[in-house]
Amino acid sequence: SSQQHQEAVHHCASSRCGEDSHGKLYKNDTETQLYSLKMYSIIHIFYNTIYDEDEVLLALAEQLGNFTMLVGGPEYVHCLLPPLESLATVEETVVRDKAVESLRKISQEHSPVDLEVHFEPLVKRLASGDWFTSRTSACGLFSVCYPRVSSTVKAEIRQHFRTLCSDDTPMVRRAAASKLGEFAKVLEPEYVKSDIISLFTALASDEQDSVRLLAVEACVSIATLLPQEDLETLVMPTLRQAAEDKSWRVRYMVADKFSELQKAVGSEITKNDLVPAFQNLLKDCEAEVRAAAANKVKEFCENLPEDNREQIIMTHILPCVKELVSDTNQHVKSALASVIMGLSTILGKDNTIEHLLPLFLAQLKDECPEVRLNIISNLDCVNEVIGIRQLSQSLLPAIVELAEDAKWRVRLAIIEYMPLLAGQLGVEFFDEKLNTLCMAWLIDHVYAIREAATCNLMKLVEKFGAEWAQNTIVPKVLGMANDPNYLHRMTTLFCINALSEACGQEITTKQMLPVVLKMSNDQVANVRFNVAKSLQKIGPVLDSNALQTEVKPVLEKLATDSDMDVKYFAQEAISGMFDFLLSTKLLNFNSLNFIFLLFFLCSFGPSITIPNQRLQDGICHGTLSNQTLKVIACLSQLHTFTSSAASSFVLCGKNTK
Amino acid sequence: LSSTSTMETTNFSVPSAEKVDGFPRRSMRRARQRRSHSSSQFRYQSSQVELTPLPLLKDAPVAELHDLFCKKLQQCCVLFDFLDCVADLKGKEIKRAALNELVESVATSRGVLIEPLYPEAIKMISVNIFRTLPPSENPEFDPEEDEPTLEASWPHLQLVYEFFLRFLESPDFQPSMAKRYIDQKFVLQLLELFDSEDPREREYLKTILHRVYGKLLGLRAYIRKQINNIFLRFIYETEHFNGVAELLEILGSIINGFALPLKAEHKQFLVRVLIPLHTAKSLSIFHAQLAYCVVQFMEKDATVTEFIIRGLLKYWPKTCTQKEVMFLGEIEEILDVIEPSQFIRIQEPLFKQIAACISSPHFQVAERALYFWNNEYILSLIEENCQVILPLVFATLYRVSKEHWNQTIVSLIYNVLKTFMEMNSKLFDDLTASYKLPAAARLWRADRRTLAAGSGVPIATCLGFLFFASSLSHHHLFL
Repeated sequence: SSQQHQEAVHHCASSRCGEDSHGKLYKNDTETQLYSLKMYSIIHIFYNTIYDEDEVLLALAEQLGNFTMLVGGPEYVHCLLPPLESLATVEETVVRDKAVESLRKISQEHSPVDLEVHFEPLVKRLASGDWFTSRTSACGLFSVCYPRVSSTVKAEIRQHFRTLCSDDTPMVRRAAASKLGEFAKVLEPEYVKSDIISLFTALASDEQDSVRLLAVEACVSIATLLPQEDLETLVMPTLRQAAEDKSWRVRYMVADKFSELQKAVGSEITKNDLVPAFQNLLKDCEAEVRAAAANKVKEFCENLPEDNREQIIMTHILPCVKELVSDTNQHVKSALASVIMGLSTILGKDNTIEHLLPLFLAQLKDECPEVRLNIISNLDCVNEVIGIRQLSQSLLPAIVELAEDAKWRVRLAIIEYMPLLAGQLGVEFFDEKLNTLCMAWLIDHVYAIREAATCNLMKLVEKFGAEWAQNTIVPKVLGMANDPNYLHRMTTLFCINALSEACGQEITTKQMLPVVLKMSNDQVANVRFNVAKSLQKIGPVLDSNALQTEVKPVLEKLATDSDMDVKYFAQEAISGMFDFLLSTKLLNFNSLNFIFLLFFLCSFGPSITIPNQRLQDGICHGTLSNQTLKVIACLSQLHTFTSSAASSFVLCGKNTK
Repeated sequence: LSSTSTMETTNFSVPSAEKVDGFPRRSMRRARQRRSHSSSQFRYQSSQVELTPLPLLKDAPVAELHDLFCKKLQQCCVLFDFLDCVADLKGKEIKRAALNELVESVATSRGVLIEPLYPEAIKMISVNIFRTLPPSENPEFDPEEDEPTLEASWPHLQLVYEFFLRFLESPDFQPSMAKRYIDQKFVLQLLELFDSEDPREREYLKTILHRVYGKLLGLRAYIRKQINNIFLRFIYETEHFNGVAELLEILGSIINGFALPLKAEHKQFLVRVLIPLHTAKSLSIFHAQLAYCVVQFMEKDATVTEFIIRGLLKYWPKTCTQKEVMFLGEIEEILDVIEPSQFIRIQEPLFKQIAACISSPHFQVAERALYFWNNEYILSLIEENCQVILPLVFATLYRVSKEHWNQTIVSLIYNVLKTFMEMNSKLFDDLTASYKLPAAARLWRADRRTLAAGSGVPIATCLGFLFFASSLSHHHLFL
């Protein structure tokens, strides 16, 4: 089956590590040759028998890139080329891309001579293939062999690349356009001007927008390669045209790559050309483009030349930003909200208070929760400049509103920012305004919120310390243990699970444990088995005395509960504690004792009561007890036992059968 | 129509019912997401000309008719903003009336289409219909589930398409003159419009492209090549193109007209484009059209049958049962017209797959496969090759009849078994007799294999190894 083939391919390659370290053993020439011949035929068998499963081909294409040592080292690496060549012509894009990736990798392992004798002809064959797949693959290989071949071959490679840039299938032109920048980088400067620029201009005015937009990407690398004085004449006309392309996809690409472009063309052109272009993108008619541009506002402003940065931002960028704050599209607004706070560090305290603060406040009141969330999640930038107090008046209502939003995902998102906010606002503000919210989430009607609220409490305790927890949180949490709603009672247990470690042994043993133990008498089974789970969880925090005298009796009682799930989890907890004791080496077994214990359990295994038949069925047809499995699992946790534990599994299987 | 895309979003409030469960209904979410947009906006910015009504075409003296027609065409090149539904109502009305007149004139009166009008007409059409399609409002647009975004400027666009269609269908239409203006670039832009989300637009495009293909012979190869490129991009790059079904529909009739023997180009199209199209995630949207094309190919040239069936078997869905049912449907369509000599060539792999489908726990898959036995032609093929097919499916039928959870499937299988029994009772009895023995033997073998795979050694050795391993690990502990 394809699965097995896939595994086989992976296996072949994973044996590499072992072989690599023994690599020297094969120094003997005939041996090496024999060996590489063997590998070669294995590869061919693979290739010829299983060529029609894409998943297998993908694995093959990936692994062949790591085969150099297996075929006898760099001098034989060219024998990997034929299979990779045919993989590079496969229709399925992922396979082809992987094959190209592997070819690129092994190209570096070719000697310059081999590169010209074996590799370069392959690239040429691919570049002049009939079907578009081989030509697209060729596009990715030019740049890896170009630097290492003679000048005549270089000329041929340039010619091939030129041909592919004007290929009549758009797929090939797209591939060529996407590799244009990379190819430009390895070319000699004179050819960048003579060859690349004309190709770039042609691709950037292609009839298909999918090609044009890739040319924008290449623009970044090309601009970095050219001297400043040539940029204006060679690159800028095309870039200007792209920024006003009739297809929104191309404009989107320009917006998306704006910071890179800005860095590539330098500050002078940025001032004269890119600032107006950026303004246009921020006012674009397509929301997609505006959103992409809005995302770049901060980076763009940061990278403006410092001498008149402030002036450019205040006169050119800020007016556009102000409009975006009340954009009709929520994606645009939320993109802006995710970066706008960053402007405050650039503009300084006074400008922030005068110009930006009103925008922040407007966005904090935005109808779309995502916008508000993005503002809140970036509060730290403002905090540094003007202090969060300036915002706290508006912040609080915004947080409260998000905290009570009808959509639970929004509530979930704001909970995640609570620890951050708490850190910035300080403990007094938190106690005063936000603590009630945090506690209210614990009784939310959506489980995910209660869960997140529990986790939130833990993070708060980590921030504010155990003493704070003892005074503010723990009493409220423990109070919920008497709630008539069993879901709230369970929340108490979940909180205890989360808090015990952060609160430390004393609070856990003195305040939490009694509550947990008391709840073992709860009338709802779900609460009782969660008690068992909690006891297992907090066990490591408790002292061994409490474990022996308080926890163990309760667990033993629960293990005889009438509900089978309670029974199951109680037994889990008991063996879990055994597990815990084992890992802390409290039980000092030597390895032989383990094996005897194992035999003991194996032979008596089936007679130990099986707590939950349904769960057991899945494990071992109901014949092997949970306890036995647990012990084996314990064994396997210790590294040195892995092999013996694995064979014990086999043994147990037979024994009980 | 235009009101749907200009819906206000700013004051949209969440209804109280929605607050209860926190899960907005799909329709609500969509309404909320809906925003005004159209890529066409980009070009509105420049042109705002006041239109004045021209005299009616029917009142014009013959000598001035062409001149007036030309003026009306030019008038119709002015574009309007339909997102603002109250903007320039007067202008919109004038253009609408002019377009209506043009449509009527081209459709009914003879001798209107003279050469100088061709460039003007094509220019008017190009200016109106060619535009970059806007980004989809819903990034995860699911053509089966979601409402498509309708084109805001449809009131005018429809008339332009109508005009184009009448223009192509007019008895006066001269391909030799048109080919100068309807060129490769024009066709390429036309094909790009098939990605429109608006089904009305795609419907018009389909008819129009079909006419262009029919009338302009010089463009045929180019059109086929570009459709190929669109499909290849759809399969291997984007997985998104709204007009696949429409293009396939056109191809269906194009394939119908292929000359025999099939050219290599056409066979390549079948093997490298049509068959891989079956891998698309959104297959259900265009499957009927795709299956039609495939069957057309077979009817043209029976020798491609093996390619097709082996191709389908290669891409057989592994997890998507909905697609599996579609594949089975297509196989039945193919078997419906298969030549017996071709059937023999593919029966083995095919019936192995069918057997696998019958044992599918998804009852629709099993049911669809079992329905093959209700098809008289397929049944006759099975009967002719009973010696080969029955051994392939027998074990599956026997086993599934005992253990399938769905009663309908069980009774269908009994019918199939009955049919086989009637077909060849000797073979059936032989297989029944030998089934139980090999079943037991298989189990035994499997058991042995797992044991061998698990340890690779007999139990005694295993025990020894265990002690050896334990002493080793003991050693390690002390280290």
